[in-house]
Amino acid sequence: MVTAEKARVATIWLSGCSGCHMTFLDQDEALIDLAKKIQLVYSPIADVKVFPENVDVTLVEGAVANDHQEEMIKFARERTKILISLGDCAVTGNVPALRNAWVKSDEAVLKRAYIETADVNPQIPTEVPELLPKAHPLHEFVKVDYYIPGCPPPSGVVNYVITELLAGRTPNMEGKSKYG
Amino acid sequence: MSIGTTTLKIDGIEVTVPEGTTILNAAKANGINIPTLCYLEGLTPWGGCRICMVEIHGTPKLFPACATPVNTGMEVITQSEKLREYRKMVVQLLLSERTHVCSVCVANNACELQKLADELGVDHVMFERNWTSQEIDSTHKSLVIDRNRCILCTRCIRVCDEIEGVHILDLKNRGKDSQIIIDLDQKWGDSDYCTSCGKCAKVCPVGAIYVESEALSETKDKHIAEFILSRRNR
Amino acid sequence: MKPADIQKIAEHEVDFQRAYKHRINVCTSSGCVPFGALKVLKAFEEAVKEFGVEKECKVARTGCVGTCSVGPAVIIEPGDYLYQSVTPEKVREIVRDHIVLGLPMKENLYSNEAFFTKQQRIVLKNAGKIDPHRVEDYIAMGGYSALVKCITRMTPQGVIEEVKDSGLRGRGGAGFPTGQKWSLVARAHGSPKYIVANLDEGDPGVFANRTLAEADPHSIIEGMVIAAYAVGAEKGYIYIRAEYPLAIQTLKLALEQARVLTLLGDNILETGLKFNIELRFGAGAFVAGEETAILASVEGRRANPRPRPPYPANSGLWGKPTLIQNVETLANIPNIVHYGGEWFAKYGTPRCTGTKCFSLTGKINNPGLIEVPMGITLREVVFDIGGGIPDGRKFKAVLVGGPSGGCLPETLLDLPIDYEALTRVGAIMGSGGIVVIDDQSCMVDTAKFFTDFCVEESCGRCNPCRAGLARVKEIFDGITKGEGKMEDITTLEKSSGYIKEASLCGLGQTAPNPVVTTLRYFREEYVEHVVEKKCRAGRCFKNLNSEANKQ
Ligand SMILES: Cc1cc2nc3c(=O)[nH]c(=O)nc-3n(C[C@H](O)[C@H](O)[C@H](O)COP(=O)(O)O)c2cc1C
Ligand code: SF4
Repeated sequence: MVTAEKARVATIWLSGCSGCHMTFLDQDEALIDLAKKIQLVYSPIADVKVFPENVDVTLVEGAVANDHQEEMIKFARERTKILISLGDCAVTGNVPALRNAWVKSDEAVLKRAYIETADVNPQIPTEVPELLPKAHPLHEFVKVDYYIPGCPPPSGVVNYVITELLAGRTPNMEGKSKYG
Repeated sequence: MSIGTTTLKIDGIEVTVPEGTTILNAAKANGINIPTLCYLEGLTPWGGCRICMVEIHGTPKLFPACATPVNTGMEVITQSEKLREYRKMVVQLLLSERTHVCSVCVANNACELQKLADELGVDHVMFERNWTSQEIDSTHKSLVIDRNRCILCTRCIRVCDEIEGVHILDLKNRGKDSQIIIDLDQKWGDSDYCTSCGKCAKVCPVGAIYVESEALSETKDKHIAEFILSRRNR
Repeated sequence: MKPADIQKIAEHEVDFQRAYKHRINVCTSSGCVPFGALKVLKAFEEAVKEFGVEKECKVARTGCVGTCSVGPAVIIEPGDYLYQSVTPEKVREIVRDHIVLGLPMKENLYSNEAFFTKQQRIVLKNAGKIDPHRVEDYIAMGGYSALVKCITRMTPQGVIEEVKDSGLRGRGGAGFPTGQKWSLVARAHGSPKYIVANLDEGDPGVFANRTLAEADPHSIIEGMVIAAYAVGAEKGYIYIRAEYPLAIQTLKLALEQARVLTLLGDNILETGLKFNIELRFGAGAFVAGEETAILASVEGRRANPRPRPPYPANSGLWGKPTLIQNVETLANIPNIVHYGGEWFAKYGTPRCTGTKCFSLTGKINNPGLIEVPMGITLREVVFDIGGGIPDGRKFKAVLVGGPSGGCLPETLLDLPIDYEALTRVGAIMGSGGIVVIDDQSCMVDTAKFFTDFCVEESCGRCNPCRAGLARVKEIFDGITKGEGKMEDITTLEKSSGYIKEASLCGLGQTAPNPVVTTLRYFREEYVEHVVEKKCRAGRCFKNLNSEANKQ
């Protein structure tokens, strides 16, 4: 295998339900073709600890909702040529951003989840990354090159975008993928 | 009095339509599709959403196709780089204005705004979104209004006024604070005059007014106003 | 009353006024009343009695002369001596020295010659000269003679031709040729026809129309009756904002007087001409001044603009042909009919004839109301008439056209003021608001301020203006709080272009002007805000480290 010729692809999972990653895997047999062209260098489904350098394409699922994610996405941006927002959470904020309508939504959402609805031992976790006051779509923090909306996006569209990019073309999103 | 005809060009194609026809209908009659949103056949054009804007050769202005009558010799352009850009802007601004989360909306897959976003390739919104938290009014026995999803197209107001003839819906406040109100800004359940006909839910292009526990794909009926008018005018 | 009776009233009144050697005009318009003008008026009435000169000296209330910063203003005739900042205490001295001893008190006179010499008063020719509460005063100055001339010696078409010859264009902002508009309404099918006089004047800091109504209400009424004769209208409305109580009161009285003299009514001056005027009050929305919104409001509906066509000339009030005209436009009409269109066209420039009233405010030595010939340069207005910038500060910009006007820099000061020139550089004539901005102001903050105004005033009907302006405002909030990004500037530019081109009515179409012009002429300030988080005027980033700003 001549890995050097393969595109270095990464996927990141922020505040999302993992559905977009499922969609990615849902490309089924198309994955086999894809695997010939790409090398997965970082992903929740691959055991790599540190986001590597010189990544060609990074697909990001999920909204940016805590300080660790903010750091992560900025770090990944620096090391990536093409950054793609994958799915509604990354593109719009979607479900994780529903809390934005609340006043002091970071505190309110923790209270709701860990105190008000707790069956036993109600307490707010402290050893975890701190929530941002609001959940944001990716492009409010870093430059995003392409967007694939959908909740989740159709796997065919994910395949289309990656294939187009690998072929050096610009994907046209008109009529391709709807929100929701 | 006989009605004459008007000949004009739309996207370079010469068309002849009855005098007084709107650009939108002239285009439609000739198989040219112009996107619309606040417009609904059978209701007075509102001209508010601006998605149907077209260019007219020789003037720098843009015109809403739904509300602009044709003129002899007019050269209408319905597709251009600028119009595409601006139509995308319309959708982006609507999406950013209130809380639009398709994945948890009753109108998912039956929503005209969602459909437009897809067709126009609005794959993201350049503005920071507003997350509004208006209280949902579900006091009526079957109709629900969620103003967080309202795009202020006023179809509901117009259908209630012009077709049902009760005019219990209207607007309060102005600008970004505009809201659809029921009667004198009452809870829907307290309205004495609502006939519960449900036409507002049928014409709502998004998920702002809907019938409780009914899939919106079943409730929606874009042709209701036009249909009723055609029966009335027989 | 017959047409000839107007002439008799005029002659009688002139004789009556000649009996007085002096006339003391005390400005009692909205500008001077807060400074105690009514007390001054009373003090003069008492003083002339005290000195026993009440037989030879008439004390009159008048409208505004324009020097609003030094009110109460008092003019003593003959000689047009303008006393400034008159207090009740000073009144006795003035009467004693000026009237009794014949020695004008030089030290109390308004000294800024240039304020008046560069002005040309046509619309405001009676302002400060006549008592707006007395129709006889107006008639004595030649008032209603133009109406008499029309209905006795001119055809409606002839009147329209005269207005066309004058080259008069609408003073409400858009500058549409008035004669052409009259032709359209005259030719339109439908009856009755209506006239709406637009006195909404919703722009903040603009008060020209109010002043006109308070100083010379009959000039508006006469203009309307002449227009009615020319276009064949039967009914007129004056749409005035309810926040103008003094103007409303003055107009009410004037309408009543006009009715008594049968200058209004079902049989005007016994010529069979029928025309009545009613007042309609606006609730103070800026957008209600837009012509289709005003129609909705007069009809009793929400003041939302609607798409045009149909134009009001064909389908206005209740679907009938309607002439909508700004009151300043209307007040020009009697002069045009009286002296002829050709006379009027001598003033101003070939494309923009006549004069225009401007409300001059902001950082300027002589704020006030001025009337200047079209084509005058901004420099003359700001530095000659306005007397330049106070406190030794530096001129930075001038906002022309009210809250949706353009901010023009020093390099454009020699621009002649006319509709086309202003539009070319990104400003508008608007309702004639001129705000002078000095170097203590931040242009980003200025653009934000006017955007905020338009966000509040947007009616909400159309997407670009309602949602677009709101987003623009949020971007400004971010930039002035120190959260700006370079992309924000691009987004501002993109959205402004969209809002200007895609909005339904003039409000949205012009609202981005302050943003567009500040981006065009003061871009470096935006960049400073975004990149260096620096505000050279020290107005923004209030919540950030203020030390950093001082440097
Ligand atoms: C937002 C907006 C506000 C306006 N306000 C006024 C106003 O206060 N007074 C006015 O005379 N015209 C106003 N106009 C202009 C009117 O629409 C209309 O052009 C004018 O009254 C016509 O009269 P004119 O031809 O004599 O200028 C406004 C226009 C817009 C778009
Ligand atoms: S431009 Fe603004 S004020 Fe005019 S119709 Fe649109 S929303 Fe209303």
